[in-house]
Amino acid sequence: MRRVRSFFGGIHPHDAKKRTTGTPIRELPAPDTLVVPLRQHAGLEAKPVVAKGDEVLKGQLLAEAGGAISAPVHSPVSGKVRAIEPRAHESGRSVTAIVIENDHNDTWVETKGHPDPVQLDVKAILKGIKEAGIVGMGGAGFPTAVKLSPPKGTTIDYLLINGCECEPYLTSDDRLMVEHAEEIILGARLMAKVLGARSILVAVEDNKPEALASLRAKAGNIEVVSVPTKYPQGGEKQLIQALTGREVRSNGLPYQVGTVVQNVGTAWAVALALRDGKPLIARVVTVTGAAIGEPQNFMAPLGTTMEYLIEAAGGFAVTPEKVVVGGPMTGGAQFDLQAPVTKTTVGVVAFGEGESRTPDSSPCIKCARCVDVCPANLLPLKLEAFGMNERWDDAHDYGALDCIECGACTYICPAKRPLLQYIRFAKMEIIARDKKPS
Amino acid sequence: MDDLKLIVAPSPHIRDIDTTEKFMFGVVAALLPVMAASIYFFGWNAVRVLLLGAAGAIATEAIFQRLRKQPIRIGDGSALVTGLLVGLIVPPSLPSIMVVLGSVFAIAIGKQVFGGLGQNPFNPALVGRAILTASFAGAMTTWTKPFDVVTTATPLVVGEAASRVPDLFFGSVAGSLGETSALAIFLGGLYLFYRGYLDYRIPLGVFASVIVISLLTGQDPVFHLLAGSVLFGAVFMATDPVTSPITKPGRWIFGIGIGLFIMLIRIWGSYPEGVTFAILLMNAATPLINRWTRPRIYGQGVKTSE
Repeated sequence: MRRVRSFFGGIHPHDAKKRTTGTPIRELPAPDTLVVPLRQHAGLEAKPVVAKGDEVLKGQLLAEAGGAISAPVHSPVSGKVRAIEPRAHESGRSVTAIVIENDHNDTWVETKGHPDPVQLDVKAILKGIKEAGIVGMGGAGFPTAVKLSPPKGTTIDYLLINGCECEPYLTSDDRLMVEHAEEIILGARLMAKVLGARSILVAVEDNKPEALASLRAKAGNIEVVSVPTKYPQGGEKQLIQALTGREVRSNGLPYQVGTVVQNVGTAWAVALALRDGKPLIARVVTVTGAAIGEPQNFMAPLGTTMEYLIEAAGGFAVTPEKVVVGGPMTGGAQFDLQAPVTKTTVGVVAFGEGESRTPDSSPCIKCARCVDVCPANLLPLKLEAFGMNERWDDAHDYGALDCIECGACTYICPAKRPLLQYIRFAKMEIIARDKKPS
Repeated sequence: MDDLKLIVAPSPHIRDIDTTEKFMFGVVAALLPVMAASIYFFGWNAVRVLLLGAAGAIATEAIFQRLRKQPIRIGDGSALVTGLLVGLIVPPSLPSIMVVLGSVFAIAIGKQVFGGLGQNPFNPALVGRAILTASFAGAMTTWTKPFDVVTTATPLVVGEAASRVPDLFFGSVAGSLGETSALAIFLGGLYLFYRGYLDYRIPLGVFASVIVISLLTGQDPVFHLLAGSVLFGAVFMATDPVTSPITKPGRWIFGIGIGLFIMLIRIWGSYPEGVTFAILLMNAATPLINRWTRPRIYGQGVKTSE
């Protein structure tokens, strides 16, 4: 058995996963209109290769990668391009999107799969991943092909497949692991081949016994590791620390310590791309929260609006107080439910009254619970004070830029202080100041 | 779905259920055994001192918040805790006016002048006791025997020979209201630890250094632990989050430093008891300790190949 170490700090929030852990993934029929944003990933926007009025097939390229760090997007359905215009986006800003009118014929573009893609050479696998528009599906959206191409001469000891799903409420990765373990393992093998990784570790939090069993049944010689349930266990640097004992240098990247971390959803998408020749046009989305009628895990076409998703999950049982894309710890609150599902939409959480509290804050009593839970080993209460008093040098010195924005400090604070908000503020100011020519 | 009013706020969207109020009332709950013991041993005098201590602190807090045009937050329990602590660290026979003055000083000079909750560098209740000790030296060292109104000296003055360990443990000795019963203090400390409101490093640091220094100087460590304010100070005073270090190694240093100063004052100082000044001294050192013991940030100081 592998010795699983602990990362620094961490919290145990009420996870509310019961609502959907046992709910199988349901194929969500595509709506009449789909809104496909050109930005569904970290990096540059994709560049459209279709025009208004064009007929498109399901899986057809709509926009190509806009640069070295970017990813193409494909049509989730067959139909007609109705518009290319700014539309609501989960980021809160409008983003140019290709609006597709669904003809409901589901006519696929010609696909080229491979019965045993592990036989393909590294170049072909990498090309397949790139062309399928695959990005980190755990939420960060970093283009996978780029992450799989560390500088020449780098030795990768470990490919870590991240199935922790430490965010409360969400079960999309959990269900994917239960129902699609075979694809996840295949995707892991393909990525390991590209990296030349010496070993593959699949990490799953121990609150998902079904997922662990299902992966182990398909894993062969790949090690599936049960890790303690503790948020943010699935944080990239935290997972590396827990599984390998290695620490990524401040401002550094995992490959520098011989590791690459990929989400289970990403592995699944890689398998589909290479085995079936299918680009990334749908993903698992958990729709949950006390305000949702029938919480569900959907296989949702990218471009489906939040509103459509929520309707399909029984609509609102009660008036929602807050709707968040992503999980309750790191997700973004929405004001417009016309924002569509993207490659990084892990879930939609509609909170009922009182479920998502942002209580009034009172003075800090220096209990230092924020210090105890910080996975980056920072002093959040100090950073908050520096942020509030605009002491950017001190904030920088105390490691503001090393904050991973997991929110554990803010979660645990008994005085309900907006710690993370001030730390983000300090980070923005430090970065902006460093950019300014002196 | 068109006229939904959705709250837009930054993450995280869920919060732990623990609050400052729960923390403060948790401390009050932890003080119940010592309060009960003080009433058992000292009767109505204890009730009088505790009530006056609490009332004086809460009233002062309210008046200051009013004067400073701040929301009145006496419901958060922090003034109540300070008031009860003041009551528990004075002699049971202390005149009422002095008890109230102790609470007023604790809140006014110990806390509000620095900006109120969370801003004070020194433990407010100990500031109150220090001022009382300096102002009313006689009354502050007039002790009564439990179940009795006869005045007597504390074990620290009489010396260890006159005190039996079981008496010190259960509390049937002369002393401040809440400081005589080791058993009651231990129960309260256990509860605080169980609720996560107490870092064991601070009391253990105090105990360890008191024991080590006692042994080194040829004194009885059990007597030094159980007599006087060591237990109460280590469990309820030194662990005040506002005035103790925020880092774990810092808390060890803080506790050990308190024990060191207690023994220095007890052995070589002119006061028989040194807990108040030992804790206040280490309170003063807390910002420095925090600075010395900054944790190593994840990823900093790590060597990796480029």
